[in-house]
Amino acid sequence: MRDKPFAITLDPGSSLANHTGSWRTMKPVYLDRLPPCNAGCPAGENIQGWLFHAESGDYEQAWRVLTLDNPLPAIMGRVCYHPCEDVCNRGHLDSAVGINSVERFLGDEAIRHGWKFDEPAATSGKKVLVVGAGPSGLSAAYHLARLGHRVEIHEAGPLSGGMMRFGIPKYRLPRQVLDAEVARILDFGVTLKLDTRVTNIEDSMRSGNFDAAFLAVGAHIGKRAFIPAGDAARIMDAVSVLRSMEGEERPQLGRRVVVYGGGNTALDVARTARRLGATETIIVYRRTREKMPAHNTEVEEALQEGVMIKWLSTIIHAGEHDLTIEKMVLDEKGYPQPTGEFETMAADSLVLALGQDVDLSLLQNVAGLEIKDGMVQIDGNMMTGHPGIFAGGDMVPSERTVTMGVGHGKKAARHIDAWLRHRSYVPAAKHEPVTFDMLNPWYYSDAPKIMRPVLDAIRRQSGFEEVQGGLDENNALFEARRCLSCGNCFECDNCYGVCPDNSVIKLGHGKRFQINYDYCKGCGICVAECPCGAIKMVPEDA
Amino acid sequence: MPFQPVKFYQTGTFTVGNRLLKPEDRSVQSHRDRSNAINSGHRACQGCGEALGARYALDAAMEATKSQLIAANATGCLEVFTTPYPETSWQLPWMHSLFGNAAAVATGIAAALKVKGRNEIRVIAQGGDGGTTDIGLGCLSGMFERNDDVLYICYDNEAYMNTGVQRSSATPPAARTATTMPVGPNPGNPFGQGKFVPAIAMAHEIPYVATATVADLHDLEAKVKRAMEFRGARYIHIFVPCPLGWGTASHDTIRIARLAHETGLFPIFEAEHGLQVSALPIRKQLPVEEYLKPQKRFAHLFGAKPELEVIARIQARADRNIRKYGLVKQQETP
Ligand SMILES: Cc1ncc(C[n+]2csc(CCOP(=O)(O)OP(=O)(O)O)c2C)c(N)n1
Ligand code: SF4
Ligand SMILES: [Mg+2]
Repeated sequence: MRDKPFAITLDPGSSLANHTGSWRTMKPVYLDRLPPCNAGCPAGENIQGWLFHAESGDYEQAWRVLTLDNPLPAIMGRVCYHPCEDVCNRGHLDSAVGINSVERFLGDEAIRHGWKFDEPAATSGKKVLVVGAGPSGLSAAYHLARLGHRVEIHEAGPLSGGMMRFGIPKYRLPRQVLDAEVARILDFGVTLKLDTRVTNIEDSMRSGNFDAAFLAVGAHIGKRAFIPAGDAARIMDAVSVLRSMEGEERPQLGRRVVVYGGGNTALDVARTARRLGATETIIVYRRTREKMPAHNTEVEEALQEGVMIKWLSTIIHAGEHDLTIEKMVLDEKGYPQPTGEFETMAADSLVLALGQDVDLSLLQNVAGLEIKDGMVQIDGNMMTGHPGIFAGGDMVPSERTVTMGVGHGKKAARHIDAWLRHRSYVPAAKHEPVTFDMLNPWYYSDAPKIMRPVLDAIRRQSGFEEVQGGLDENNALFEARRCLSCGNCFECDNCYGVCPDNSVIKLGHGKRFQINYDYCKGCGICVAECPCGAIKMVPEDA
Repeated sequence: MPFQPVKFYQTGTFTVGNRLLKPEDRSVQSHRDRSNAINSGHRACQGCGEALGARYALDAAMEATKSQLIAANATGCLEVFTTPYPETSWQLPWMHSLFGNAAAVATGIAAALKVKGRNEIRVIAQGGDGGTTDIGLGCLSGMFERNDDVLYICYDNEAYMNTGVQRSSATPPAARTATTMPVGPNPGNPFGQGKFVPAIAMAHEIPYVATATVADLHDLEAKVKRAMEFRGARYIHIFVPCPLGWGTASHDTIRIARLAHETGLFPIFEAEHGLQVSALPIRKQLPVEEYLKPQKRFAHLFGAKPELEVIARIQARADRNIRKYGLVKQQETP
């Protein structure tokens, strides 16, 4: 032992010898939580995940992460009703992140730069028939191709897109955007046969040597309600009107158009009528605005364009130039009940937008396949009662939106893949959800949402120009950076900084952090100060 | 103001770091090679604000001086929890003074360095509020008055924590301590005249005076670095919650410090040569109850019959700070 100064008996030591981790009763652990946007996306997009890349300006990587789940971002960024934004945690702070507008920006960038999908997986040697080139069919085809299968789409119509072309008006979805995103899927190796109606699914599968089929023919037969009508009354259905917009001849609706119904299609057809020169477009709906199934943004935009809505009314007779309307009241259950009060209303034509039925003719005599309420029944794996035949989109019971259809296509593709490989597809366990109270919003600076430019109402009444504009790069970047990264570490270094015991190890860019449990006393400051709720305390013995 | 928040970042720069910022724009604490002036294994309580504040300040000072730094440390928690013989947590030359003479010891170190011509080596004196505002005030005032080249940092946890939470002249009115029990007609610490050492330091017109809390890291680091740009006497007063003495949850240390600022009870500002030059604005002003309620030392104010009058007097102190130091930005006319 070395000589020591007077009264000193021990060598100088380091406090590292003192493992303060033994004080702990609770310990912090890192985790990924499920952000509400991801949980709320009908197409199962990893929204927080792709925004993360957009935040750093790496739009191509963002687009690649996005298209792992949804091959149609430029379309989504226009027609999706973005349920993700309704549940976005930033809504508690100022307003939701403009997820939909960033998605559109990424989709448009991809078209502008001609980005292609990454090469698909090794080929499986299996062949899948997809019936219908709408959102659901295209999505399934894309995902099946990703998984290495050969895919052929048989489409009865003359063009691809399904309801995206024949149901959604141009002013919401310009056709060159639709064409570009479909073309990219075809470039990816998917074969599309147009004007190819499948009349009997089993025959088609046999003759083409298909190992499995995905049915996604949609629902495009407009429902007719029985309305007593004079001989000269002009009554049409909304789907036919919207479909004929894609042909040479514009539908003849006259000056005063009445649309009957309260869904998004009613709004679309009313707004189309306005653009075709109707001086008066009135929607007649039997319930109230609160009960209307149409999306609020569509209702707002329609009202701005001069569409009028007559609430609590049913049409009981249609004449040549007028309609008879009966006023309704809502009973205590919210159902409309007749009042016996009538009025007449001038109208040159009546368009019925009362929902759509599925054309089931191709499914005649398929063994095991079950049809109920005019829709094909499927199990949790999207398979019909007939092994190897799967179905999705508007022809199965579900909410009928483009995004839902894309989600069905993805889910079906995964189950078809598993079925072809004699496996079962077990989705990864979902992370626990992250709610606003798990965040520490103090760390997020104030940043109000950027609104997309909107075409002025006058131009919207006369033409089919796109109503909603896109964001430019600066705006899109700003909007992406408003994301709070709920439940997923974005490497802000807070935990590393705020630990009074230096017991957080920073592993370096992209590698996140680790707790040094030798010294962590379990104070929990890292959990309290993590802005995004990506750390939690758990009891030491658990 | 030296610290300018970067606009339009995902989270501003309120977080410790941010992958989108250039490394030089990030805080000292965000770097993997920060000095960690106080090493792991120290014996401070879970969630100690003083341990955190001292590392924040010294890491910043070490970066500013390229680690050419010596510290003199008054007796108190900071000294005791870092250096139980024979262990030490300190990663810089560090000297324990007495309870009341850290300023004088630092003055001596600075004088010796001057004699030796080692001007590049800088000196810090540090201590708790007891060692600073009470027993050490004479030495501190002398250091100010002579303008000795020392940065004095006071870690204010508003009582003598190391010896068991006795009242100091920095203990706020109404707070319970071991020596100001919540009994009798005026429970807790009496409303005195107050003794705010940053103002006393400003009265000496020394080159630099600043206040900070552990809740605003970027602001704290900017102030330490700014202080190192001056020669002569400098003073930084850092607000450091003490979970043990205040009866707060160990995970709430930073939140409590944030609330002290956002309610106006602890003003954050800087002064040069006796004049205030900046104030850190309150982002979201809150009533003092938000700050008082989570602390057991104020629990007697919120009994079956809340002490509304006492709370109102505390609110008045906060309001006065907000006016005096300009803590709330004037509303811009649109
Ligand atoms: C002259 C003298 N008197 C009393 C003490 C006992 N003592 C040691 S630390 C301390 C209180 C320290 O309080 P403060 O300076 O506020 O530091 P804290 O522990 O709160 O960080 C006291 C009274 C002493 N060491 N020397
Ligand atoms: S008593 Fe307070 S100041 Fe002292 S070590 Fe504990 S928390 Fe820190
Ligand atoms: Mg103290």
